[in-house]
Amino acid sequence: MTTTTTTLNWFASHAIRLAWREWLAMMTGGRLGRRRAVIVGLVIFGALLHAPAYAVIGRYATLQLPLDTSALIVVTATIFLAWALMLSQAIESVTRVFYARADLDLIMSSPVALAHVFSIRLAAIAVSVTAMALLLATPFVDVLILGGGLRWLSVYGVVMAIGLSAAAIAIAVTILLFRTIGPQRTRLIAQILAAVIGAGFVIALQIAAIMSYGTLSRFAVLTSGAVAGFAPGPDSILWWPARAALGDGEALVLLLACGFLLLGAVMAVFSAGFADTAVRASTAAVSARRGSRARSFRPGSQQQALWRKELVLLRRDPWLLSQSLMQLLYLVPPALLLWRSFSDPSVAVMLVTPVLVMAAGQLAGGLGWLTISGEDAPDLVTTAPLQPSRLIRAKIEVVLLVIGALFTPLVVALLFASPQQAAVTAIGVTVAAASATAIQLWFRVQARRSQFRRRQTSSRLATFAEAFSSIGWAATSALALSIPVAALVTGIMTAALLAATWKFSPRRD
Amino acid sequence: MAPDQSALQVRGLTKRFDRPAVDALDLTVRSGEFYALLGPNGAGKTTTLRMVAGLLRPDAGSVSIMGIDALTDPVAAKRIMAWVSDEPMIYDKLTPLEYLEFVAGLWGVNPSVAESSARELLVSLGLEANMHERCEGFSKGMRQKVALAGALVHDPRLIILDEPLTGLDAVSARHVKGLLGERVHDGCTVIMTTHILEVAERMADRIGVISAGRLVAEGTLAELRQQNGRNDTSLEDMFIALVDRDAVAA
Repeated sequence: MTTTTTTLNWFASHAIRLAWREWLAMMTGGRLGRRRAVIVGLVIFGALLHAPAYAVIGRYATLQLPLDTSALIVVTATIFLAWALMLSQAIESVTRVFYARADLDLIMSSPVALAHVFSIRLAAIAVSVTAMALLLATPFVDVLILGGGLRWLSVYGVVMAIGLSAAAIAIAVTILLFRTIGPQRTRLIAQILAAVIGAGFVIALQIAAIMSYGTLSRFAVLTSGAVAGFAPGPDSILWWPARAALGDGEALVLLLACGFLLLGAVMAVFSAGFADTAVRASTAAVSARRGSRARSFRPGSQQQALWRKELVLLRRDPWLLSQSLMQLLYLVPPALLLWRSFSDPSVAVMLVTPVLVMAAGQLAGGLGWLTISGEDAPDLVTTAPLQPSRLIRAKIEVVLLVIGALFTPLVVALLFASPQQAAVTAIGVTVAAASATAIQLWFRVQARRSQFRRRQTSSRLATFAEAFSSIGWAATSALALSIPVAALVTGIMTAALLAATWKFSPRRD
Repeated sequence: MAPDQSALQVRGLTKRFDRPAVDALDLTVRSGEFYALLGPNGAGKTTTLRMVAGLLRPDAGSVSIMGIDALTDPVAAKRIMAWVSDEPMIYDKLTPLEYLEFVAGLWGVNPSVAESSARELLVSLGLEANMHERCEGFSKGMRQKVALAGALVHDPRLIILDEPLTGLDAVSARHVKGLLGERVHDGCTVIMTTHILEVAERMADRIGVISAGRLVAEGTLAELRQQNGRNDTSLEDMFIALVDRDAVAA
């Protein structure tokens, strides 16, 4: 008979092993043969990430304490942004743990105190969220260390502290949501909450910048006298994260202590009830949800039947709902900017175009995967009496239809501000959406819609091509309005990228 | 269509993965009969039926459905055929009625005809109370019944079913068997794989036994007994003897 400590140690290593394998499976797309390629790819990606990290943060490497209020606000806001993103990721992780039945039966039937076992499970969530954040922070810390010395190592401590606190709050929020609104609603609300938290802070800053300064730049707000006027004195605990990041040992220790304390408190309060919550979540039968109101079967062609089906599925997809909400949130600042431009000509309305083009490309990529690859009844549609090309065409049409419905009002509004810009934006949105959809088509796989989370792992090339194509068309559209010759260059480069992606895509029947 | 025309005629059907899955298979299923295709795991039953249904491209051979070459004119062949797999693939976010509306739309069935047929099917399969509920909360058996209703709503002339009774309780299995029996009675042809030999014994007009991608025995139950040389033997005993004999010969 082993002791409780040994059992818990074993369970901790079991939890870490499972987390590691899940991460590995996500990175390799479930193909272990890819492990070496993934490691090499990650190393190269990590190395390449140093360039944008340098561009973003390089100039701040020489910052020293004490900082003036403006600098403290900027550093604190940056750390808060990272924290919000971690919180978003942590809520998503906690929800996933809740709703996966996995080894619950084994754990529940084992002769171990459940509170202890679930404490470890909660700690594992905190560790995985923090580890991912540390990994992503590495290029930025490297840049700071190269430019400003080893004192920047303290950033790792800050990342760890905010990671622990983000995990603690995510656990508390999800369990409270669960107890308040029940297992079924929590799943959807938590997804939406994660999306809103991830984007909310940046968008709120952008909105403030537009309303006050007519620009999308967040720094305009953060460095303004108005915000500085509201800021507390230099000894406030609000500046602990910023001071800790800049090498203040005392602030760092306090911050870490707060992080551990918060997580410990959450574990102490919630781990006893976590077992009950997890079991209720995983075993709760999906209650009977009604479809649309009873109505007669509608006439129409095969194409129309496909459109209707795709549109209903998109409308009822909780993931899409949360992602669309996020995309729509990102569209709020440019829409606001556009609205402001009608009364104030000095507003930088030009910024609207690349944001819209980028958002269209990203949304089309997600929608493209859901409709083209995410087919829950592949046998049915394959055995239906219609040409495969018609099936694909209907799916593509649905993607473009949704993009059109979302972006047309904004383009029409733009028409009143600048017809030329509206035309460029319309072309940009169409090309970016078509490119992202084409990439999804070239790299299509057969998968269930619920596997969306792993869509990025099925092909790294497709993921990068989709991202760079959206960025490329956004840049091309922006340049077309300001430096048309440069737009020609970026346009050709983006088209070449697409051509190369097509060349490397798997051969299709 | 001539009255003696075969519903399915397969000639030299071949499919290789890392080894031959279906090996130059010849198979004929007569119009209006219930044909059970039996075989051990990995014998090539599902691969054969997937090629017939147009889900898998054969390496060689021909497939003719009601006289239509399914490889050169797959759309025409699919129009009169339905496929049900052992793993019910339906849309979680649709209700059974919405699912059947979609299927009817794909097959171009008149909406009013399709609707009454869909409601009738759901009632006969015991899904009346659930026809407006999304399928996401359904058990495997309920999902299988929705998939089966989808296969029947466009009134196919050939129904291909791969282990359709897997996961069904006794009552549901009886519903399904009853529906299939009615369809055969109305002139429809049914080809079904199953590991439940009792179903094949009681329902099938003819039985084919496939092993290592080849048809090793075929006929009515009586004919199979005759081929086996024993009139009192069960289908289970005959099946095991046939598969063992083929394994030794291989």
